[in-house]
Amino acid sequence: MVTNSRAQRRRREASLGYLLLLPAVTVFAVFIFYPFLRNFQLGFYLNPPFPNLPKRWVGFDQYRDILGSDSFVDSLKTTIAFAFLTVPAGIALGMALAVAANRKLKGIGIYRTIFSSTVATSVAVAAVIFSMLFNPIVGLLPWLGVNPTPPIIENPDLALGAVALVTVWQTLGLTFILLSAGLQAIPEDLYEAAALDGAGATTRFWRVTLPMLSPTLFFAVVIGSIHAFQSFGQIDIITNGGPFKRTNVLTYSIYSELTTANHAANPGKAAVLAIALFVITLGLTLIQMRVLERRVHYAR
Amino acid sequence: MRAEPKRWESPSVRRLRKAGSYTILTVLAVVVLFPIYITVVNSLLRPVDIASRPPTFFPTHPHWSSYADAWNGGHMAKYLLNSFIVTIAITAGQVVTAIFAGYAFAFLEFPFKRTLFVVFLATLMVPFEVTVVTNLDTVNALGWYDTYQGLAVPFLATGFGAFLVRQAFLQVPRDLSDAAALDGYGHWRFMIRVAVPLARPAIAALTVFGFLGAWNQYLWPLLATKDDRLRTVQIGLKQLRATSLDAVNVTFAGAVIAVIPIAIILLLFQKHLVRGLTAGAVKG
Repeated sequence: MVTNSRAQRRRREASLGYLLLLPAVTVFAVFIFYPFLRNFQLGFYLNPPFPNLPKRWVGFDQYRDILGSDSFVDSLKTTIAFAFLTVPAGIALGMALAVAANRKLKGIGIYRTIFSSTVATSVAVAAVIFSMLFNPIVGLLPWLGVNPTPPIIENPDLALGAVALVTVWQTLGLTFILLSAGLQAIPEDLYEAAALDGAGATTRFWRVTLPMLSPTLFFAVVIGSIHAFQSFGQIDIITNGGPFKRTNVLTYSIYSELTTANHAANPGKAAVLAIALFVITLGLTLIQMRVLERRVHYAR
Repeated sequence: MRAEPKRWESPSVRRLRKAGSYTILTVLAVVVLFPIYITVVNSLLRPVDIASRPPTFFPTHPHWSSYADAWNGGHMAKYLLNSFIVTIAITAGQVVTAIFAGYAFAFLEFPFKRTLFVVFLATLMVPFEVTVVTNLDTVNALGWYDTYQGLAVPFLATGFGAFLVRQAFLQVPRDLSDAAALDGYGHWRFMIRVAVPLARPAIAALTVFGFLGAWNQYLWPLLATKDDRLRTVQIGLKQLRATSLDAVNVTFAGAVIAVIPIAIILLLFQKHLVRGLTAGAVKG
């Protein structure tokens, strides 16, 4: 009798467990796993140039054609360039703010709030503000003497840098918060010991702060890179992928294949591009996990 | 906070060092804040004055009409309402599904628990951008294009949330659950009365994080709606910019309006955001 009721209780517990997981699992199945897997299937079909014609099975041909095409390679190069323009600059600036604010001074809380203030802006808000500031008529940059022809956001050489500048500013608050938390986690006695050994401020920064902060910095680099590879809103608002596709990052190219403004939607091509984006993100995540694992190992 | 070096310094040197610190901090603060400041200033100027050179940095005669124009003519009131509806639905959904799943993983035993946990973590590997192609079809097939459901339902659960709450639940002492069982508490009562209150910091972090993420969404609301009555603030702002330069002050006012709600929430819950952000980053 006892074993029977225990088995019963175990069964009840299991069904409660499944019941509690059901809502999340349903959302994941419908909106994450199914669409993820369907990308691979969509990639096997070539979409017709006009709607309402049947699509054609082409197997891996479409993968090969798209991933080997100049437009994909250009888009990938643009995305990588964008990551290199945003991540190091963003972290360097965030670091400068975090170090500057990491002092015991009266009123430091106000400065900390100001430094984290861009968290309140969204990508869209930042993009709209800066696109106005770049504007040759109402903008301030032209007044400051930065007034190239063609104007910044229509200039093939400058547009990506301009979008990167917006991104760096918009993410600065987050980077600051993250690095500040990392700085504050460094034990004070390390600095005291270094100071006793005669280390000046510069030496302490390079020998104590940076090594102790390296896990946080590394995390910021990975998250920043993943974010850079998924950037979309600022490009949609400021440049629409132009001029001459110079800001056509991967996510924007997926979006272009889905919107029907200029041509019939091409889900097959969008799916292949999405798979490429997934592989890149996965690579970055795996690198992060590998390095973090190693760090934990060393710490023991 | 960093310890000041324990060397002897004359008061004047110390004062100089302090002044230097404040100078650096103030310069940095001006640089960071400038785009927001100029946005507020420009929202209070007439378009002619925004374009005049040298630019006006201190509006002596503020024109507040741009805010009324953005609110009514620019539909910012409607966009804000849409953003609030969608954001609150998403945040509430994420918190509830995370508590449920976190509870199952932390307190219950059932077959395939580990496998299911790995499935939850696997969702973190798939960026939303990768799923939009089919999600658009799904939302169309369900008749959810241009609806609040279409904007909210795909985001009602996250692997991150379930993981965060599970970790917090695992800190709840076993004795408590044993004692609760003796008192005749069922799992539901234990979850609501004991586990959730104890996991409040994690749940608060998840709430702020979810709210911020949902409010700032851009790609999905752009793809999943066409009807202006369903547009959220972020997309509405883009449309506000598209109007001519004659109304550039209205666009700046719109940007300010879009920032205010989230700024208030952040000022109130800053602490929780920091905790949510650093949950994965800063540890031992």
